[in-house]
Amino acid sequence: MRVPVKWLRDYVAVAPDATAEEILADLVKVGFEEEDIHTFGVTGPVVVGQVLEFVPEPQSNGKTINWCQVDVGEAEPRGIVCGAHNFVVGDKVVVSLPGAMLPGPFPIAARKTYGHVSDGMIASARELGMGEEHDGILRLASLGLDPAPGEDAIALLGLDDFAVEINVTPDRGYAFSMRGVAREYSHSTGATFHDPALSPELEPILAAPATGFAVTIDDTAPVRDRVGASVFVTRVVRGVDASRPTPPWMISRLGLAGIRSISLIVDITNYVMWELGQPIHGYDLDKLTGGITVRRALPGETLVTLDDQTRKLHPEDLLIADDSGAIGLAGVMGGAATEIGDTTTNVLIEAAGFDPTTIARSARRHKLPSEASKRFERGVDPKVAPAAAARVVQLLLELAGGELDELGSSLDNSVAPRPIFLPDGYVAALIGVGYTTDEVVSSLAEIGTTVDAADGGHVVTPPTWRPDLTDKATLAEEVARIIGYDRIPSVLPVAPPGRGLTRSQLLRRSVASALAASGLTEVLAYPFLSTKASDRFGSPVAGGVPAIRLANPLDSEAAVMRTSLLPGLLDISRRNLSRGLTDLAVYEIGAVFLPVAGETYGSGPLPFGAARPSDEVLAQLNAGIPPQPRHIAAVFIGDTITKQPGQLAVASGIADALAVVSEVAFVLAVPVRVATGSHQAMHPGRTAEIWVGDRSVGFAGELLPALADELDLPRVVGVVELDLDALIELATPEVTPTPIVSMPAATQDLSLVVGVGVAAGDVLAAVREGAGDLLEHIVLVDDYRGQGVADDAKSLTFALRFRAPDRTLTADEATAAKLAGLALAAGRFGATLRE
Amino acid sequence: MSEPQVITDENVAQAVDAALAAIGAANDSAELRAARTAHTGEASPLARLNGALRSVPNDQKAALGKLVGQARGRVTQALAAREGEVLIAEETARLAAESIDVTAVPTRWRGGARHPISLLMDKMSDIFIGMGWEVAEGPELENEWFNFDAMNFDEDHPARAMQDTFFVEPVDSHLVLRTHTSPVQIRSLLGRELPVYVVAPGRVFRTDELDATHTPVFSQLEAIAIDKGLTMAHLRGTLEHLARSLFGEGAQIRLRPNFFPFTEPSAEMDVWQPNAKGGARWVEWGGCGMVNANVLRAAGIDPDVYQGFAFGVGIERTLQFRNDMNDMRDMVEGDIRFSQQFGMVV
Repeated sequence: MRVPVKWLRDYVAVAPDATAEEILADLVKVGFEEEDIHTFGVTGPVVVGQVLEFVPEPQSNGKTINWCQVDVGEAEPRGIVCGAHNFVVGDKVVVSLPGAMLPGPFPIAARKTYGHVSDGMIASARELGMGEEHDGILRLASLGLDPAPGEDAIALLGLDDFAVEINVTPDRGYAFSMRGVAREYSHSTGATFHDPALSPELEPILAAPATGFAVTIDDTAPVRDRVGASVFVTRVVRGVDASRPTPPWMISRLGLAGIRSISLIVDITNYVMWELGQPIHGYDLDKLTGGITVRRALPGETLVTLDDQTRKLHPEDLLIADDSGAIGLAGVMGGAATEIGDTTTNVLIEAAGFDPTTIARSARRHKLPSEASKRFERGVDPKVAPAAAARVVQLLLELAGGELDELGSSLDNSVAPRPIFLPDGYVAALIGVGYTTDEVVSSLAEIGTTVDAADGGHVVTPPTWRPDLTDKATLAEEVARIIGYDRIPSVLPVAPPGRGLTRSQLLRRSVASALAASGLTEVLAYPFLSTKASDRFGSPVAGGVPAIRLANPLDSEAAVMRTSLLPGLLDISRRNLSRGLTDLAVYEIGAVFLPVAGETYGSGPLPFGAARPSDEVLAQLNAGIPPQPRHIAAVFIGDTITKQPGQLAVASGIADALAVVSEVAFVLAVPVRVATGSHQAMHPGRTAEIWVGDRSVGFAGELLPALADELDLPRVVGVVELDLDALIELATPEVTPTPIVSMPAATQDLSLVVGVGVAAGDVLAAVREGAGDLLEHIVLVDDYRGQGVADDAKSLTFALRFRAPDRTLTADEATAAKLAGLALAAGRFGATLRE
Repeated sequence: MSEPQVITDENVAQAVDAALAAIGAANDSAELRAARTAHTGEASPLARLNGALRSVPNDQKAALGKLVGQARGRVTQALAAREGEVLIAEETARLAAESIDVTAVPTRWRGGARHPISLLMDKMSDIFIGMGWEVAEGPELENEWFNFDAMNFDEDHPARAMQDTFFVEPVDSHLVLRTHTSPVQIRSLLGRELPVYVVAPGRVFRTDELDATHTPVFSQLEAIAIDKGLTMAHLRGTLEHLARSLFGEGAQIRLRPNFFPFTEPSAEMDVWQPNAKGGARWVEWGGCGMVNANVLRAAGIDPDVYQGFAFGVGIERTLQFRNDMNDMRDMVEGDIRFSQQFGMVV
């Protein structure tokens, strides 16, 4: 809301020397955030000039300029070059003299042009920041002005005014008016406030009869049980001259308010809306057929609105209709058929009150947010309509001539504000300030409520412009706000003893810290994917995967919620590579969205707020939310150890991916098993599937090289993705350690031969199982192929450490256990002892 | 074996002299080992003189035995002394040979980092854990009821319109990407015993294009406390404690009236940042207020018995002004050079 300050001064005693910043600071105190400051950007000398004579001079570029002699109130006229032709000798114009500044900023200086020294510039309305008019210079006669040459044009045109812009929260629609802002300024500063709706000048108009214009409210389908129109005031002025100019003070004020001047009658309706917050619609009375009916649109009905668009109407749209049919979309936009034009002589003024929800939905449905709909959506004071209509009448009579007619209407079905019981002590107990009863009562009286003492408290009746005051908490806010939030002290509450972070929260932090300490950098990717990326990474096998799709994505190419963290990490990797980095180890911990194929998600119509739904309904809402497990994923590119003196580079790849698996498993104390795996996005020979028991928890390995190439990444990309929530769920809840045995250990190596296709991990598992409890530790130390081993075979060497809990093992016992391990491996994989 | 030696003073002295000369001439362990073999081994003169003791008459055994024994003792002592010298010299030479340029040792360490947004979220959570609060979590893809209705957003509230909220297809499924972490608050009220003191850190989503101060995906930390007798003064106290923990002892909180559907009264809060680069200043930080009675009712809580406060701050925004960053894009692009400046601490 832009607030022109001279206008504000009409209703509240703003200090004469108050700056824009000071006014904004005062409004912040009562809850209006500052947004901006607006000025015309014009500084002097800018004066009235009278054209004494001019000589047209054709130029070589085809243009004709006028060499003018202009009286600017000095002893001698000034010579000024002017390119416009819309004036005659004797016209009063606006001259910006050297030293002046016009908006742009555009400094004015005497300058040589077209063979003359132009000693200033004759300004157009647009050059003065007064509008978009640029068909030549501004002739003051067109504004109905005839000032003396030399007079200060800045003051004359109101260009010395400025506006403050504030943010009005949605609960306080009344502040979308000078009336409301002036009142609030008064609350903040104590300055005297005069309600423009109670202006004595309006009294004779309000007292004049206004009857006989037929208005019918015929709402057969109220939205949310509220009738579409509750107030409908009409007044008629006959014999106006619609072609008269809008006075400069009104243009200036509207301009600062951000409203373009259109024509006198439209300007007056906008001016009154800004002043009192009541949207006004003016009709050319002679274009109306019969009275007005307010009703919902009929199926298939259309309306040509003021902007000459044909609107297809919705049965929820509220219409203004006359005997000819629809003539306006209530509260949103008028119709073209009854529009006021230059030839209009008889005007019907409408000041109505429409249901906020109806207007909000229509404005959204037709994408027609307007100053009027903005006010109706937030609630307009139902009792201001007669004053607003009277104010329009007053300005029409004053500026456009004409006579007030007796025709009119004054329908008012508005519901009186509901009184609220405010118990004694409630405000203090909510705010934490020991307000006195007097402070509470006087604050509430100040904002316009009626406060009546009652048993144990007060009955507070809000003013009609405050539909937001609906319960005692809203009254408490008013008291706190009017007295000032600065009064609220600082007290630290004592919470009951807490249980600290949950096990899952602690473990996730540990995993995140461990990976960072291991040299991986955490990144946070957006969770939006292309369908292609989702299908490719979201499932091990090719084909579409179920995914959550956004109805209104920012980027239609990224409309799917991620089913895997890897596409985001690969994107980020590519960005890092493009910035000249070569060695990358990045990870992310975050939610993925995994709807199950065939399941339907979401819920039916929602339960109403403000009441706890039944357990059953809550369970249904929760059941309709797709699974969103937290995953952890990492990507490795380049070298894990770079080439250095005495150190060859160690390239990143599957080993790094598997190291993440080991690290996560270690941190969580969860026993994982690495097995040969496959995935459509992965290298067919370098992919491991990760298992906990019989549950697959993810995969690790290297990206399919062709895919890496397609993604503009190097051929070898190590990747891993694990279901972190599942791992945490499967982790040993509390470790029960095995007692440490100090009996001597016996170590032996075991070399055996198996087919090249047998996974070493499976052989190791068999040896471990066969060797039994005496085997304390086993590790693969060599994989030999070549001379002495058949072409289709390989020799695996394991280092084994045996120990018995109660005795020193003999070499024979250790050997027997080793051979038992070999026997099981022989049985499963045909392993033979290598001699 | 050569002929037996005769034990004479001369023979003994000669053997000792030869041995001491050889020991003294040994410059490394190998030469010393050779000297030891040559002069104390079985075939050495001294060994043979010692062997000759067996054949001397009994009356001379004591005197000659002493003569030979002392001679062997001298040689053994000399060997031990020289061995010590040689070992030290050898170890010194070895250490010298093993010297390297310690400024050019190949590193096996690789620099990693947590993301500062995660670190700040943890840090802020810990401040509340320290006060006995708990950290609550909830789904990022939510049912509208938790995101809006339960938070007292009217079904016609502008925030529910398409321009702010990511909706999921089909729109009538009522699933949205949560626009704030407030749904976690209502879930906490529904699921926990009163009183409730929880914070909800997490990711939220709005349909804002990425620029220097906006990102469609960002993080919030919201807090809610519901108990008997909580007031706006407790809200301010909690905010001040958080502010001092994050911005230093001089931090203060300023409240300005505002509007949110889920609180009444509502306030915008500014924080006085005493250590800001460029000078102490007030900064807009977030929204807060006393929890609206309708929110309590939605959780089945009697607003005449319990009341409390709630607030929310943006993590990205907090990081931005706390750590003096101009452009939010650095936080979302994933350039590892950004996070690595923070390491493990924010």
